[in-house]
Amino acid sequence: MLKKSFIKKLRDIVGASNLSEERQDLLCYSYDATQMEFIPDVVIYPADSREISAVLRLANADGVPVFPRGAGSGFSGGSLPRGGGIVLVTTRMDRILRIDTDNLIAVVEPGVVTGDLQDAVEKLGLFYPPDPASLRFSTMGGNVAECAGGPRAVKYGVTRDYVLGLEVVLPTGDIITTGGETVKGVVGYDLTRLMCGCEGTLGIITSITVRLIPLPESRKTMLAIFDSIDGAAAAVAAVIRGRIVPATLEFMDHAALKCVEREFSLGIPEAARAVLIIELDGERELLEKQAARIREVIRPLGLLEFRAAADDAEAEELWKARRLISPALRKVNPDKINEDIVVPRSRVPDIIRRIDEIRTKYGIPIINFGHAGDGNIHVNIMIDRSVPGESEKAEGAVREIFRETLALGGTMSGEHGVGLSKAPYLSMELTPAQIRAMKAIKKALDPNNILNPGKIFPDEG
Amino acid sequence: MDPLKKIENELKKCVKCGACRAHCPVFSVVGREPASARGKVALARAALSGGIGIDARTRSEMSKCLLCGRCVEKCANDVPTDLIVLAARRSAAREKGLTLFQKTVALFLKNPDLTAKGARLTSVLRPLLFRRVPSSSGLRLRFPLPFPGGRRRLPPIASKPFLDRYPEIIAGEAGRPRILYFAGCMTNFVYPEIGEAALAILKSLGCTVIMPGDQRCCGFPALSGGDMATFRSLAEANLSALERHQADYVMTACASCGGAFHRMYPRLLGEGSPELAERFRAMADKVVDAAELLEILGFTAGITKEGESERVTYHDPCHLRNRSVTRQPRRLLQAAPGVEFVEMDGADSCCGLGGTFTIHHYGASMAINARKTNTIRKAGVDVVATGCPGCMLHLADGLQREAVRVMHTLQVLARTLKHNTFFD
Repeated sequence: MLKKSFIKKLRDIVGASNLSEERQDLLCYSYDATQMEFIPDVVIYPADSREISAVLRLANADGVPVFPRGAGSGFSGGSLPRGGGIVLVTTRMDRILRIDTDNLIAVVEPGVVTGDLQDAVEKLGLFYPPDPASLRFSTMGGNVAECAGGPRAVKYGVTRDYVLGLEVVLPTGDIITTGGETVKGVVGYDLTRLMCGCEGTLGIITSITVRLIPLPESRKTMLAIFDSIDGAAAAVAAVIRGRIVPATLEFMDHAALKCVEREFSLGIPEAARAVLIIELDGERELLEKQAARIREVIRPLGLLEFRAAADDAEAEELWKARRLISPALRKVNPDKINEDIVVPRSRVPDIIRRIDEIRTKYGIPIINFGHAGDGNIHVNIMIDRSVPGESEKAEGAVREIFRETLALGGTMSGEHGVGLSKAPYLSMELTPAQIRAMKAIKKALDPNNILNPGKIFPDEG
Repeated sequence: MDPLKKIENELKKCVKCGACRAHCPVFSVVGREPASARGKVALARAALSGGIGIDARTRSEMSKCLLCGRCVEKCANDVPTDLIVLAARRSAAREKGLTLFQKTVALFLKNPDLTAKGARLTSVLRPLLFRRVPSSSGLRLRFPLPFPGGRRRLPPIASKPFLDRYPEIIAGEAGRPRILYFAGCMTNFVYPEIGEAALAILKSLGCTVIMPGDQRCCGFPALSGGDMATFRSLAEANLSALERHQADYVMTACASCGGAFHRMYPRLLGEGSPELAERFRAMADKVVDAAELLEILGFTAGITKEGESERVTYHDPCHLRNRSVTRQPRRLLQAAPGVEFVEMDGADSCCGLGGTFTIHHYGASMAINARKTNTIRKAGVDVVATGCPGCMLHLADGLQREAVRVMHTLQVLARTLKHNTFFD
């Protein structure tokens, strides 16, 4: 429980209509996409960095935890107020401040929805490529704090590759800018990169300057069905060795295909063991040539079927199987544990095989799909938590999957972050020295541990 | 049983991904989580588990829903948030009783004679209708409202309700389809010109038109306010009224009436009686929207396209969009003589009316409406056509200062008859 006097000071900063202690509001800011729930003491909606600075100064002085939050669509509990405190919602700060077509940059507030920024720059023939699945509702602030990725990462990289500069309020209340509006800049430490993916533990992002690139003229979508996962992986390698980098290179494994086919009967051949959806972008004439070349190089690799879309409607049809995975998964079991491991892309068949073994060992459905181009795999462990023992089984399977991933030179999380859900596994991937270095940074910037405490690092003791 | 308890399994379907935040028109203007579908589902769960009470705040959040169904269409997990919100409203009504407003609504909906005869109807039904009619509609009388929010004006009530103007059965040509026309309150009392257009068109097609005199309100206004008893009695009355007649199709020209028949009756009624449930389902199968029916009957087949004197765009009523009636009205309008069809941006976004929503949250309702008005203005059209008299009312309110006429698709199509000179 926070003191009345503290709440009053908070209210003075943000205004009465931008603070709530009502049960209904606390409840609606207690969750994200993880199914975990922690009720905060108070929710505030500040208007700008000045108010956020005053809030952090106050919270820092009184040792009250502050949890920054955008859309609350994260998959790792990064925004959840475990232990109570202040939920600081940034969605009132939702203006696109500037789109500069001479310098190819955009400056936005953290509450801007990523898809809205993309629409705005695309109208001007420009492109902001990062495309997390949540782009229609997740915010730029959250995307930067979690360093969101997406299917286009194989060609265009992830959020951090586009952030040039930030305005950040530090846990002590200081407002700093990092980086700037120039592509080059090497004065001092690269705090911009430090803040990208800090999961809201080092500062609250209040303004974001991103780099833009010219919008590709057109897109070409293809679907390739293979008789083995090795064939599909060999195809990925062959395409890239052929010096074609598709904008997206998505795959579905045999379990995902079976699951979608069972629910929706799309006519996927019985012998299919993997599907690749390949999307090229660029100049129209070039795309046709590249598409033909791709077909040529993947033909000998156990290709069962190849379709190329002639227009947007046909492209949408090719994406259908991929889009139907989520609804199909639900029919398998009610609860989904969604991991986002990454392995070097040549090791995708190895990890899929090892996950197959883990599936057999634990006897629970595990369905894989994801970004074959960059080795980022969405591993979906489908369980029914109401069945005794299933949660524990899933826990065991997750640990084994992480172990195999790391053994193949991969990482536990490509896009979702550590937050609360992966914190218990942190020491599987990071050495004590790495963790000490990270904690030293946290301690230096947030001496009283008031900003998003309990995230990334597992609880001590 | 608590209505929320009955749909407990639906509540559990929400995995809180947040995708609905991108689609909820109310959330887009309110901006806070409780207004989103995910927030409402979380509140409904908490109300069921006792985590929160059904207090004034909970009721207010549950009233912040247009029942447009957009979140339901977009949800990867098929969470029926519209039904969840309705259940929460019923739960509130059980616990706290109906509001005075809702009781007044029920009184009128249950007593059609009172409604039909009521010369004083206007003053009582004002909160339901609450809009002025555009000067363009030809209904030029305006009634300023006696309660706060002075800009609200009422359309005049039709001097003679539509259904009172005609016999129950208007015989058509032998061998042509028999169409049962469910007119709905808005057409009957406020926009009889929609009914007139429907009759002219059906007559031109040689159809026999049946308009049961004992058809009642579809019940949506009662359901929307949590008044299940009134909703049920109206639905059952309609069922008997419609079943009395042999018809090939039941036609509605009001998206929301159609939505009640298609989604609400089969999902919410007939509980405990498989026989009744089956009758509601059978009726739902027969109900078609006017635009669907005119395509089935080949209305535009014999029409020659000539002259494109007016630019016409189309607004998708939510309760047609979520039944996938989107292409039919456009094709009909495109084929109509004198019409240059223009697609506007965001044609399928809600107009912001939402029945009781606009009464409880006029500001938010008009903020949603303002976006619509903007896109209509940008389209540079003479006419905005739509398939729902409720939308017509609200669109016209937003377009007060614009030289754009609001018409029902049927009214635009009825002019076709004159163009082709077989109108009499």
